Amino acid sequence: MKILVFIDNRKNILKKADLELAYYGHSVAKKHGGDVVAMVVGSGVNAGDLGKFGAKEVINVPYNGSYDVAVFSNMISQIADQTGAELIVLPHNSSGKPLIGWLASKMNISSVTGVINIPEYIDDKPVFKKGVFSSKAFAYVKTLTDIAVVSLMPNSFSPEEVGNPVDVKTIEIDGGLPKVKVVGVEKVEGKVPLPEADIIVSGGRGMKGPENWGILEELAEVLGAATACSRPVSDVNWRPHTEHVGQTGIVVRPNLYIALGISGAIQHLAGVNNSKTIVVINKDPEAPFFKAADYGIVADLFEVVPELTKALKEYKSEK
Amino acid sequence: MNLLVCISKTPDTTARITFKDDFTKFDESGIQFIMNPFDEFYSLVRAVELKEQFGGTVTVLNVGPAANDIIIRKALAIGADKAVRINAEPTSAYFVASQIAEYAKDKNFDIIFFGKETIDYNGGEVMGMVAEKLDLPFVHLASHLDVEGKTGKLDRDIEGGVEKVEVEMPFVVSASKGMAEQRIPNMRGIMMAKRKPLEVMEPIEVKDLVEIVKYELPKEKSGVKLIDPENVKELVRLLHEEAKVI
Ligand SMILES: Cc1cc2nc3c(=O)[nH]c(=O)nc-3n(C[C@H](O)[C@H](O)[C@H](O)COP(=O)(O)OP(=O)(O)OC[C@H]3O[C@@H](n4cnc5c(N)ncnc54)[C@H](O)[C@@H]3O)c2cc1C
Repeated sequence: MKILVFIDNRKNILKKADLELAYYGHSVAKKHGGDVVAMVVGSGVNAGDLGKFGAKEVINVPYNGSYDVAVFSNMISQIADQTGAELIVLPHNSSGKPLIGWLASKMNISSVTGVINIPEYIDDKPVFKKGVFSSKAFAYVKTLTDIAVVSLMPNSFSPEEVGNPVDVKTIEIDGGLPKVKVVGVEKVEGKVPLPEADIIVSGGRGMKGPENWGILEELAEVLGAATACSRPVSDVNWRPHTEHVGQTGIVVRPNLYIALGISGAIQHLAGVNNSKTIVVINKDPEAPFFKAADYGIVADLFEVVPELTKALKEYKSEK
Repeated sequence: MNLLVCISKTPDTTARITFKDDFTKFDESGIQFIMNPFDEFYSLVRAVELKEQFGGTVTVLNVGPAANDIIIRKALAIGADKAVRINAEPTSAYFVASQIAEYAKDKNFDIIFFGKETIDYNGGEVMGMVAEKLDLPFVHLASHLDVEGKTGKLDRDIEGGVEKVEVEMPFVVSASKGMAEQRIPNMRGIMMAKRKPLEVMEPIEVKDLVEIVKYELPKEKSGVKLIDPENVKELVRLLHEEAKVI
């Protein structure tokens, strides 16, 4: 079986999510047989390194135009045809999410978004696991066509080095002219994007006001963590809406989620339940979040958070 | 402006999710259903605002059974002008997208709106499929949308920021948080909604391309370990030695 993983490399850097894709392909191939072909759209700089994480073949499709779903789908479907791919894997992020529906419809193939497992086969067809009801449950979805496309949830597999760099082959493809024009990008530099973050420090209404976020950010800084918040906090603009996690915000699955002054309403938990470890700091011992937590401190966050930051700094300096 | 807003029905956000028939079916008993929040709060409201600004018509479309008329009436109360329900159980994204594309293909909509995903199956695929079937430009995850002349000016959410994009009408867009502010229907809106047209149409035949074999509930946490606030060093030790996350 050929497994085609798609990598948007217009920024010339391989991100953790890209390595996860190659390694995921490798893990599927290891279990069910087959080879991983990585298709890298962009300049292809450093793309050979994907070999270290499991790609047997790396194909660069040169492109530096606007992100356009139709153009990218044309490129992917052509490479899928040429390589005879049976499984196409996209990242479940802002570059893969828009593509999956379009590509599935264009190629008339089964699709599953946000997958988190190495598929098992039932009746010769792969069955993928994904979160549903905003991570209140999981579904096992069987794809029915000979070719399938899935998008891989970030942070589901930690990439490991399993091979050596490979040569990059260049294939020129005319995907057509983009109809959607990117005219600018506004980015908060130096911040870890939430869905990819290993550690997240999140604040709720218990933080009392935006002027108090300093202690949260200091804690996040020692941990190298991304910052997040509950919905009411972003609704009143204490924090930008891009930090809102939960059922109607961003669904995250970090290794460590630290909640400060968040009560743990069901809609909030829905977005963070899949975190590996949850730490809750809340002054109310009855806060529902403690039931979903691994570790808890019942205390005033304004007293305990600076102490925790200090203890972490000491721990880091001893290491 | 001729605007189409596709809406979906989902369990209420507070719903406890359970399954029946040996974890093969979602158990709907006792569940309150609502309009999918991303459809209601952001995409529908933005469509209504654009109509208020430029004139035109907002049509809402739902693929679903008669029980969904409640959420359709709510969309009309929020400000849509008319509604269409395609009378079928929505069995998969592909099924729903095929119905929507079939309906929309000859209606000359300027913008077709979606919420970025439903909060039940979290697919986010229907809109891309519709855009492909109609061969329209597609912007997914838009947190801002303005129209100038024939051009849509949008912000598309990307990791750690936004991408500013422009696209000529007609196009397909999905809304994420920020595109509009939630509107609560007022009494007048609710009364008017009763008199607005709701057309029911029969579906076309479409085969599903995926099948849900079973569901599973997350494992319960084994119980929280409480740490003495005077001894936060203990938390650091546990995170390092026990949880191995730092
Ligand atoms: C349709 C719908 C969708 C929703 N979607 C989401 C969603 O996606 N994400 C989301 O987060 N919410 C969502 N909500 C809102 C949700 O129901 C809760 O209202 C919200 O999560 C509560 O936010 P909070 O925990 O910050 O605030 P609160 O519930 O007010 O909790 C504040 C907590 O801080 C604690 N506290 C106060 N002071 C201190 C202190 N000094 N030290 C320590 N602790 C302190 C309090 O004990 C309390 O537990 C949604 C609601 C609806 C109706």
